[in-house]
Amino acid sequence: MTKDRTRHMSTEMTCQELVELITEYLEGTLAPSERMRFDAHLSTCSGCAAYIEQMRMTIRMLGEISEESMSADAQRELLATFRSWKAGAAQRDA
Amino acid sequence: MDATTAVPPTDELELVLALRGGDEAAFTMLVRRYQAAMLQVALTYVPSRAIAEEIVQEAWLGVLQGIGRFERRSQLKTWIMRIVINRAKRRGSEEARTIPFSVMQPARDDFSPLVDPDRFRGPSDPWPGHWWSPPASWSQIPEDRLLSREMFEHMRHALDHLPERQREVITLRDVLGYSGAEVCNVLAISETNQRVLLHRARSRVRAAVERYLQQ
Repeated sequence: MTKDRTRHMSTEMTCQELVELITEYLEGTLAPSERMRFDAHLSTCSGCAAYIEQMRMTIRMLGEISEESMSADAQRELLATFRSWKAGAAQRDA
Repeated sequence: MDATTAVPPTDELELVLALRGGDEAAFTMLVRRYQAAMLQVALTYVPSRAIAEEIVQEAWLGVLQGIGRFERRSQLKTWIMRIVINRAKRRGSEEARTIPFSVMQPARDDFSPLVDPDRFRGPSDPWPGHWWSPPASWSQIPEDRLLSREMFEHMRHALDHLPERQREVITLRDVLGYSGAEVCNVLAISETNQRVLLHRARSRVRAAVERYLQQ
C-alpha cells in the first residue's frame, strides 16, 4: 500500500470490499459514485491491481478451456437421425 | 466456435427454413456451429462425457421435431440451448437417483467468503480490510504455463466443484462467450442473479488458479 495515511477516510474503499464488487465493476453496473471509489482505490493499491489482473486473466483462460467435440460415431449417428427424421417427415407429407 | 469461421455465416432465418425443408447441408452447418457448445453445456449437468453425447443427440432430435414450431421469438442459439438444458437436467436428476453422483456435488454453498478473510488486515489494524497477504501479479508467468493442459484440467475440476447454478452461468458466459443478456435468456434468470452467480463462480475459479500456481 502506498497511500498517505492522512488521506484515509471512512468513504475510502477497502481491498476486502473491492474484491466483492469486482464483477459489477467489470460488467459496468456499478453506480457512478461506487465506480469512482473503486477507481480511486485501484489507482493506489498494487494488491488490488494484481487481483483485477488475475480476474481478467482467469476469464481469458476460461475462454480457452473448451475443447469439446463430438466423437466420429456420434457424428454418424446424428446424420442417421437427421435422415430418418427427414424420411419420416416426407412420409407424413405424402 | 472455430467451425463458424470455416463457413460463411448464413442468416438464421434461411437456416431455419432450409432445415424445415429437410436440407442436409443446413443441418450439418448447424451441427458444426453449435454442437461443441451443446456438449459443453450438457457436461454442466452430467458427470460423464458419454451421457453428455447422448443428451446432445436427443437434443438434436428435439430440434428437428420442434423446428416447424420455432417462431423466432428467441434466437435460434438460445432456443437450441434451452432444449439441451431441459434434456440434460432431466437426465441429470435421473442419474442422481441411480448412481452416487454426490461426489460431484459441491458442499452446500453459499455464503462463505470468496477470498479468505485471513488475507485481509483485521479491525485492530490501522488499515482494516486491506490486504495482509496481497495477490501476486501473474504478468511474469509464461503464457504456456497459464494456458497449459494441466492448468485447463485444474480449471475444469474447479468448475465441476461449483454449485450447479454457478457452473451454468460461468460456462455460458466465460467458457462459451455468451453475453450477460443471452445467459439471462437461456437460463431464465434475472440480470442481478446472473451477476451474483457469475461473481461467485469467477472468484472461486480465480482462487483455484492461484492455488495451482502456488503449488
